[in-house]
Amino acid sequence: MLELNNLTAGYGSFQALFSVNLEVKDGEAIAVIGPNGAGKTTLLRTISGMLPVQSGNLSMEGTSLKDVPPYRIIDLGIAHVPENRRLFPSMSIEDNLRMGAFTPNARPHYEERLDFIFNLFPRLKERRSQIAGTLSGGEQQMCAIGRALMSSPKLLLMDEPSAGLAPVIVNQVFQLVQQIRDQGLTVLIVEQNIEQVLQIVDRAYLMEVGSIKISGKAGELIQSESLRKAYVGL
Amino acid sequence: MTRFSKFTALFLLAAVPFLDLPDYYMHVLILILIWGFVYTGWSIMGRFGLVSLGHGAFLGIGGYTVGMLWNFYGITPWLGIPIALILATIVALIVGYPCFQFRIIGHYFALVTLALAEVVRLVIIGMRDYTGGSLGMTPQRYGEGMSVYAFQFVEKDYFYVIVLLSWVFGIWVWNLVDGSMARYSMEAISDDEDASASVGINVTREKLKITILSAWLTAFGGVLYGQYQMYLNPDTIAGISVSLQIVFASIVGGMYVALGPTVGAVITILLSESLRILVGVELAGLDGTIYGIMLILFIIFLPRGILGSGWAKPLEILRFPKDKPG
Amino acid sequence: MIFDIFLVEAIINGILFGGVLALLALGLNLVFGVVDVVWICYAELVMVGMYSIYWGNNHFGLPLVICVVIAIFAVALLGFLIHFLVIRPILGTPPINQLLVTGGLLFFMQSLATLLFTGDFRNLGLHLPVLELAEMYISFSRLIAFVTALLAMVALYMFLKRTYLGAAIRAISQDREVVVLMGVNPQRVYLVASALGGGLAGLGAALLILQYDVHPLIGISFGPITFMICVLGGLGNMIGGFIAAFVMSQLISLGGFFLETEWGYVIAFVFFIIMMFIRPQGLFGNRS
Repeated sequence: MLELNNLTAGYGSFQALFSVNLEVKDGEAIAVIGPNGAGKTTLLRTISGMLPVQSGNLSMEGTSLKDVPPYRIIDLGIAHVPENRRLFPSMSIEDNLRMGAFTPNARPHYEERLDFIFNLFPRLKERRSQIAGTLSGGEQQMCAIGRALMSSPKLLLMDEPSAGLAPVIVNQVFQLVQQIRDQGLTVLIVEQNIEQVLQIVDRAYLMEVGSIKISGKAGELIQSESLRKAYVGL
Repeated sequence: MTRFSKFTALFLLAAVPFLDLPDYYMHVLILILIWGFVYTGWSIMGRFGLVSLGHGAFLGIGGYTVGMLWNFYGITPWLGIPIALILATIVALIVGYPCFQFRIIGHYFALVTLALAEVVRLVIIGMRDYTGGSLGMTPQRYGEGMSVYAFQFVEKDYFYVIVLLSWVFGIWVWNLVDGSMARYSMEAISDDEDASASVGINVTREKLKITILSAWLTAFGGVLYGQYQMYLNPDTIAGISVSLQIVFASIVGGMYVALGPTVGAVITILLSESLRILVGVELAGLDGTIYGIMLILFIIFLPRGILGSGWAKPLEILRFPKDKPG
Repeated sequence: MIFDIFLVEAIINGILFGGVLALLALGLNLVFGVVDVVWICYAELVMVGMYSIYWGNNHFGLPLVICVVIAIFAVALLGFLIHFLVIRPILGTPPINQLLVTGGLLFFMQSLATLLFTGDFRNLGLHLPVLELAEMYISFSRLIAFVTALLAMVALYMFLKRTYLGAAIRAISQDREVVVLMGVNPQRVYLVASALGGGLAGLGAALLILQYDVHPLIGISFGPITFMICVLGGLGNMIGGFIAAFVMSQLISLGGFFLETEWGYVIAFVFFIIMMFIRPQGLFGNRS
């Protein structure tokens, strides 16, 4: 579904990704793990078109994303839950969700998607007119995921969904991701919470200073000696 | 610019009164020097990102303080000028200190200063029993209008020498700031306030110093303007219009170069004067129309002004070299 | 008790004046909130609108209503062009450049108006009745202006609340980066907001020409107070701007009643400066 070939990108003269190769197949859940500053967020931002590609290629279902303007990426079925959730703080939950269905393709399905999301997160339904800035961290994460799902995406990009949340809530968030997977959605998730994320994805890539170091099945990676030593701290 | 060419230029400027030019040319030269001085005063702070849209306030305070003290109490401008500068300092402190303390920057700073300019203009109009309001006021003429005591020089040659000296002083102050430690602090501050504060720069104090210096020069410019025209009007010497005029001429000339603001004065004054002569007064507004378009094009294509931009190589000679030690 | 009647009259006039100010502040706030640029020349757009109504009515003899519609569209187009031609090329440069370039537009529009129409004061020559209400005199034109401004604000509020484009306009003022992920093209929203801001200036012009003469410098009388209301109300905060408009118009009206009009403005501006120090995020903004 999503393919990255020798992808290089960065901010101005600063290069953050060095020829990254990555593939996400239809129906898979993939994690990109690695330390802070490894370029994980940059990777997602490049896929969403928020950063320009410097060289290499990336494509979604065979369509190259290189020359697609950032606001058209969502039309190709890619939705992005950004780092720190980035809700519109002074708008209600419902208005935030409405923004998720902004594209002309999504608008006719607004009601139906809204029902789907309220089913998934009954909590959001109860608070549909509450201002997003006043929600708890977990609720905000639900709202952010819901907003991304409003456009009926094929591929969901998630940037550190567990960051800044209490441990109990983190568990809930990972359960949510599991639920979304069960809906048949393809997921590309970026996480620092390695142990937990490896339990819910099929495959994972380990990133360090802008390039992929190791990749493999989640079950195998969690056994990998070098990974355990370096990151899990066991 | 070498030392030699600098002195040659100064010598030529100083020799102007001996050329016996017609009054009109002297008048244009004097206006250029007064406004060049004011614009230079503004750019002392403007170049560091402290874009004040309120310098008309200081101009008005300078002109009116001296004029009113003279008219009502007969106080000589020699005493009136220091009083005007003290008043300008107080106003700069009252508005500047909280602004800098509370980190009001960018367009918020611009809008606060704009409000200040309007406050001064409206106060002058509101005090119409003393200031003449919108009709303006005329400083009382002392004898024949030629008196050092009254700071009145009806002979343009004399006034020319005074404004020339003031202007040279303004450029000297500009260069002094340019070569001082304050410049480095201010550049750091305009780059990143938090980082500057964390390396021990007292942001508020550095900004206040520059602001007060700029207010002094501008207020003195107001005095010069009032004593030269022998007429003060709140709409031409205070308020938004003149404040914007100050900002824009400095930008057109180039506020990052010592002579930039003066070049801005030359361009704007020559533009309006030559259009006035060429097409006459029936087409009032033509100069402003051209000037407005020029400003827009400048900000889009040449934000560093004529002197600050590379393509102005032929004018390069007007730039002072950045020959600071270290 | 004559004194009290006059005081009430001043308060009512203040409220009526506040309606038009609120409308103008709303238009400016829309542009400010969405594009993050202060149009220093906003009141000059109003001036352009006033001249087009005057010219259409007086020169071409078109009915006033048609003139008003033309003015709204003309100024909306002007707002669109300002963004497209002048602001867009310098969006990436320091914000102060964007503010200053609209200052250049201010000079341009003022001078062009002087060139085309001279500095004369002009009016439509309308004689709208003055309402007498319990010994108070209330200008009918002010009342029309107030009601129309309120209706326009309600319409705008509905637009922002009920439509996708309206939601995008509100969203972009809160996070201009993330809206792109939702498929919003910011450049398009900027143009819409600029045209909308222009259209509101055009409507404001229609309401002001009922009460005031138009001349090239009229923008100076409304411009500064409009920016200040906009900032006082808080960036992108429509309700805040609305309340701020009435606070400022009361200060002006009451200051004018007890002292003189200029002092009313002085009080309003000083109030603005002090409020900026106490609550830089605006009267009703949340500190972020």
